[in-house]
Amino acid sequence: MSHPLLECRHLYKSYQGKPVVADLSLNLAAGEILAVVGPSGCGKTTTLRLIAGFERPERGEIHMGGKPLVAAGVFIPPEKRGIGMVFQDYALFPHLNVYENIAFGLKGWSKTQVQRRVNELLALVGLQGMARRFPHQLSGGEQQRVALARALAPQPQVLLLDEPFSNLDADLRLKLREEVRTVLKGLNLAALFVTHDQEEALFMGDRLAVMNQGRVHQIGTPEAIFARPVNRFVAEFMGNAYFLPGHVTRQGIQTELGLVRQEVPYPPGSRVDVAVRADDIGLDLQGPPNGKVVGRVFKGLLNLYQVELRSGCVLPSLQPHDYFLPPGQPVHVYLSAQHELACFATESDTSEVVVALPVMQEET
Amino acid sequence: MTIIAAKDLVIPLARAGGRANWLYLPALLVAAVMGLPLLYLGVRALSAGPAIWTWLGRVQTLHLLLRSLGLALAVTFSAIMLAVPLAWLVTRSDLMGRRFWAMVLPLPLVIPSYVGAYLYVSLLSPHGVIPSLLSTWLPLAKWPSIYGFGGAWWVLTLMTYPYVYMSVRAVLSMSDRALEEAARSLGYSPWAVFWRVTLPLLRPALTSGGLLVALYVLRDFGAVSMLRYTTFTRAIYLHYQSSFDRSTAALLALVLVLVTVILLAVQQRLDRLKVAVVAHTPRPSPPVRLGKWQVPALVLVLIVVGLALAVPVGGLIYWLVRGVRVGETLGSLAVPLLNSALAAGLAALVTVVAALPLAILAVRQAGRLSRALVGWSHLGFAVPGVVIALALVFFGANFTPALYQTLTLLIVAYMILFLPQALGVLQAALRLVRRNLEEAAASLGHSPGQVFWRVTLPLITPGLTSAAGLVCLTTLKELPATLLLAPPGFPTLATRVWGAVSEAFFARAAWPALILVGLSSLSMLWFHHNPYTRNEPTS
Repeated sequence: MSHPLLECRHLYKSYQGKPVVADLSLNLAAGEILAVVGPSGCGKTTTLRLIAGFERPERGEIHMGGKPLVAAGVFIPPEKRGIGMVFQDYALFPHLNVYENIAFGLKGWSKTQVQRRVNELLALVGLQGMARRFPHQLSGGEQQRVALARALAPQPQVLLLDEPFSNLDADLRLKLREEVRTVLKGLNLAALFVTHDQEEALFMGDRLAVMNQGRVHQIGTPEAIFARPVNRFVAEFMGNAYFLPGHVTRQGIQTELGLVRQEVPYPPGSRVDVAVRADDIGLDLQGPPNGKVVGRVFKGLLNLYQVELRSGCVLPSLQPHDYFLPPGQPVHVYLSAQHELACFATESDTSEVVVALPVMQEET
Repeated sequence: MTIIAAKDLVIPLARAGGRANWLYLPALLVAAVMGLPLLYLGVRALSAGPAIWTWLGRVQTLHLLLRSLGLALAVTFSAIMLAVPLAWLVTRSDLMGRRFWAMVLPLPLVIPSYVGAYLYVSLLSPHGVIPSLLSTWLPLAKWPSIYGFGGAWWVLTLMTYPYVYMSVRAVLSMSDRALEEAARSLGYSPWAVFWRVTLPLLRPALTSGGLLVALYVLRDFGAVSMLRYTTFTRAIYLHYQSSFDRSTAALLALVLVLVTVILLAVQQRLDRLKVAVVAHTPRPSPPVRLGKWQVPALVLVLIVVGLALAVPVGGLIYWLVRGVRVGETLGSLAVPLLNSALAAGLAALVTVVAALPLAILAVRQAGRLSRALVGWSHLGFAVPGVVIALALVFFGANFTPALYQTLTLLIVAYMILFLPQALGVLQAALRLVRRNLEEAAASLGHSPGQVFWRVTLPLITPGLTSAAGLVCLTTLKELPATLLLAPPGFPTLATRVWGAVSEAFFARAAWPALILVGLSSLSMLWFHHNPYTRNEPTS
């Protein structure tokens, strides 16, 4: 990718001296959906608002299609950016009906053009026949669709979506996010999607940007982020990782569950934590017991066990739905992973690690 | 009347099966006390027979109607024109010192309209300060007269724009900024966003604030009288004073009541249609940059604050100093001060006691009858003070001559006028008392009466004192009813201001006016820092 469509460089924004977005850089390619994910308060919505033009960054630049939106001496106001936005609470105009809401951004279009475009969008989001309804007469899902149609109507170059599904109940959320993804991909529209829900981010994003405390920690494909988290925060937030302590040797990492043979970016003798997930840990009753069952959550398809090792370290383990062990049962715990495991130096203060680590840009 | 009431009573009583049914007795009594005088006023007015119709069609009557409605319309329009930009500036822009201005701009509310009128008259009338100071440069004849439509419009606009300002500011500071941002992202400039999104969303606030202003103007007696612009209220008073023509006063009063009731009905209807503006804990959104408009905006705010606040206060200080120089002392106010305090204290006591049964019924026995009673008790809100006073004069003179021209009748008038206020506070206080506390007391063997005395009453004591305080402070500044009903030789602060101004003794009015403004500020503070009234509209 030679020229990204949208480019944010070293954005910085603070409220009352507290940085909300700190040195944030990211790119968005044409036709790409980038999901920005992070815990609430991590600065992801502010990032969106900086791109939309509702906030001015104190430092940094934003470019779109090679032209500056924000740079030294340049600030293009939101209405001149050609960037659409879907708001968290939809922000539908309560005094206008569905048709008028969708037509709102079609300034300077002739009446017949407006009519054609609005009908096109109503069909696209499946709201034919609802044109005369007012926002308060619509369900949450319908409001969401109107908000999407309204933002798409003036054919923006980039669409921003701010937690668009957070106000919907679970079933509807799953259904709508598929619909929205299909619509965006059908239009081949570049979109920046903000969410605090990891699963939603994994589903929606061609790439993910994981944010915390105003910084992007890692950008990459969902698979890459899941498999190779660059730091503890990403591993925990995106992968529900548990940490198994160990120390580095010439062959790999020596842990309570034996030697993990792999290359390690730390010198022999360093203390590290190995990130493991429930599907990386196996249990059986045949081997010598080295732990015991302390909990089980029945997930329907699977059983999620919690086992405690002798050292007191607690790990998860996924087992078939018909595999039952009583609490307190001594078991043999082993590493079943066939892939490399991420590991991080053991540190009392993890935030320092976070700052020291470089942001990894996935090459595409 | 009583027969109808008894018929209404049967159904809910039988159905309710509640514990507080005996409360309907005092509640109905209060409702009757409120209603009978007005009913009698109607009877008196209509007893003239077919002559009414010719009278109603007379040019003078229509003229009066036009004058009243014209003034109300003009003031409402100009109040909106002032209030919207001011509210927008303090909530949405980066106006210099906007927090300070936001606090200062509603303050003209503490000046009773007749005090505002007094100060403008004292400054701008031919005998006023400014013309006499400047008469060497500009001959008196060339000064535009403060009297008449212009002056009334001017003073009432400055005294009432805060009603619109406050309702608009509330909507602007609560409403969803995302709506405006959505419009920006759809290609609209800030100016276009204001017209296409902000203003349409303000429409409910504008209509309700505007109607409040219109009602204020229609009910106002003091300002229009001092500024000598004859609207209904002034005409009623003048007809009443020329005592041979009292049935005309009654007819005028009836027409006025009709107009205000129509306006109130419109307001209620609009209130129900109000589009729900999504309330938010707003994200800190950056204010709109005024840029080169900063100075003009600041000038606008300064002019409004100057005319509505600085000029009246400056005038007050000027006359205080003048008064002190010519020997006006606070000591001469001892009698009116005591009278005012006595009347206000009694009014507060009576009003709260009268409101309590109604409040309990409204909160605990929600039903058709209790709703009707509460609706009826808002009479004082619909009917101007001068009309209530007139009704009591008629009724008192004919049926209760023993009470006529006594303090009792004045207190009854106050009760009718301010019952809605007390009721609002008491209802809010009662709603805060959780019902299961009363049920717990009942399960511990207390009779309904004992529950009330030992649980409910102690818990609503703060509400009772709040209601009493509010009524007390509002009573002190009431003018028309006091003027008509105060016993002979019973001057109060309000009538003292009135009397001094009508004789053009401007300095004599300064001390009582200052006390009234002080008390009025106190009542506003009370109102806004009180958990029971914070969300109620200021009246």
